[in-house]
Amino acid sequence: MNRINRALAQDKKLISIYFTAGYPQLEDTTEVIKRLTDSGTDVIEIGLPYSDPLADGPVIQKSSEQALRNGMSTKKLFQQLEGIRDHVDIPLIVMGYFNAMLQFGVEDFCKECEVIGIDGIIMPDLPIDIFEVDYKELFEAHGLKFIPLITPETSANRINTIDALGDSFVYMVSSSSTTGGQQGFGDEALSYFKRLADMQLTNKLMVGFGIKDALSFEQASRYTSGCIIGSAFIQTLTKTGLDGIPGFIQSLK
Amino acid sequence: MSKYSANDKGFYGDFGGAYIPELLYPNVEELRQNYKQIIATDDFQKQFKSLLKDYVGRPTPLYLAENLSEKYKAKIYLKREDLCHTGAHKINNTVGQILLAKALGKHRIIAETGAGQHGVATATVCALMGLECIVYMGAVDIERQAPNVARMKMLGATVVPANSGSKTLKDATNEAIRDWINHPKDTHYIIGSVVGPHPYPDMVTQLQSVISKEVKTQLLEKEGRELPDYLIACVGGGSNAAGLFADFMDHEEVGIIGVEASGKGVETNESAATTILGREGIIHGSKTLLMQNTDGQITEPYSISAGLDYPGIGPMHANLYKTGRGKFVSITDAEAMEAGLELSRIEGIIPAIETAHAFAIFKYLDFKEDDVLVFNCSGRGDKDLDTYRTYFGY
Ligand SMILES: Cc1ncc(COP(=O)(O)O)c(C=O)c1O
Repeated sequence: MNRINRALAQDKKLISIYFTAGYPQLEDTTEVIKRLTDSGTDVIEIGLPYSDPLADGPVIQKSSEQALRNGMSTKKLFQQLEGIRDHVDIPLIVMGYFNAMLQFGVEDFCKECEVIGIDGIIMPDLPIDIFEVDYKELFEAHGLKFIPLITPETSANRINTIDALGDSFVYMVSSSSTTGGQQGFGDEALSYFKRLADMQLTNKLMVGFGIKDALSFEQASRYTSGCIIGSAFIQTLTKTGLDGIPGFIQSLK
Repeated sequence: MSKYSANDKGFYGDFGGAYIPELLYPNVEELRQNYKQIIATDDFQKQFKSLLKDYVGRPTPLYLAENLSEKYKAKIYLKREDLCHTGAHKINNTVGQILLAKALGKHRIIAETGAGQHGVATATVCALMGLECIVYMGAVDIERQAPNVARMKMLGATVVPANSGSKTLKDATNEAIRDWINHPKDTHYIIGSVVGPHPYPDMVTQLQSVISKEVKTQLLEKEGRELPDYLIACVGGGSNAAGLFADFMDHEEVGIIGVEASGKGVETNESAATTILGREGIIHGSKTLLMQNTDGQITEPYSISAGLDYPGIGPMHANLYKTGRGKFVSITDAEAMEAGLELSRIEGIIPAIETAHAFAIFKYLDFKEDDVLVFNCSGRGDKDLDTYRTYFGY
């Protein structure tokens, strides 16, 4: 079974952490992964930094710029991740923008991921119709789950189309915003989380964007399988470095 | 429908499409489903034509530049888009898009701008229609295009500096797209060129194609024929070029020439000559030619002209280039500045620096004496006086 599905099958709310590879220091990537794992993180999203991350707010834009200045590249990331499976058995997902994958070669990218033991891919700007026609078989052949996004504005029809594309989880964007934007969840957000849960999709649901502490974590995971935390974690790394990792994960529980 | 136009998925050959985050899907989809039908209504056409005529000042003249013709031994016409209200072709598009925005019930308008011409053109139509206007502009461009910043403010727009990346047009566009993600319901994004996800390249081309249509009629009047031998326009994203080329693309006997900015030269790291330095990739939701490193990180472009300082070109132009239908030439800062000075001196027309690039091609291309050339004189140089003054020491 793919590690993502194994994690989703557990009877607990999953903590999934996004971080930018090569940040704060170029060689921090694997150390961040190890410390996150040791601190009880359930899923890790490894962000491949991009020069023009359209779906990201200022925090992830800055960490991406810094990582690129540090010398991070697609090749470098794959090098760093070589052998990571000797240390870590939780699901690892690569998140990036499609142009980086396209320039590396989509097939080569998938192969590298498979060799390393990556379980899934999130590419916010790879549209589902193009994914389905051009890349679905390729991803499946390399054992990679494609994690699609939905937002509060996604129609029920389209949600069903998206649900049919995969069999792991759907990334529910908490509100119509770029990453890091939300200030706590109100009734509207909660009813959106519930509405989706009530649809009984094939895929499990994970909520991301705007989750930053125990309260927002509890709200966003009430009806779903768990949450994805990005900007708040990057801010912790910026402030306290890698030593802040265990405390941050603890603070979500 | 031209074979060089977008298909119904927004592809021009290998280029185009809508590579957008799901977060943008509803916004773009609403536009895609409605733009053709709205543009086709009598109501839209009536208002659009009337505004172009009485507000923008169309048709713009097709002027036979005799001195320039004499000097370069060809019959040279200038399509005087510089005489449009607000000083450039950009307003043709913003008039059309503001009518679309109204038809879609949007009351908040966002735009990106490089030279500030598109920002001014957007702020202008927002003032006219009483809609809120927010313009994203690179911090570097805010400095070098100060008069246009003042104009936007006077017109009631909010100008938001883009401080990420190279702080120019690409980054302003990123910020505008992020704004749109954050405002999926009440906001229309008026893109200023033939770039971005489908349907923008097609929609903006349609709205700018009035240039092409007028040239046909005017040439028939002046030359007894509709078709010129060559069309020449500068290409940043490529909207003035698309507007000039639109109705001529299927006439293969008409030569199409796009002029890019090579900045300090294509061999330096400071250039914006996309067809030479770019490879296929994705920028702002469109697959096109794009300046990028081997990893797909977008390269920061450079040109003295803010309006050409963009690392990509519209997908229609990428396809014209790849199929060989269009020829692309690149012009340095220095060549463009000299051409701008020359047009001022011999025709009494001070062009925008973007536009000046087009007039510098004579060094690289030979024409026959009876060749009819139509240049898109896309904008006037008022906004660039500081740059010209500093450069020439006036
Ligand atoms: C006068 C003028 N010409 C050309 C351009 C370049 O844009 P496009 O390539 O879309 O025509 C600009 C952009 O600001 C402009 O102001």
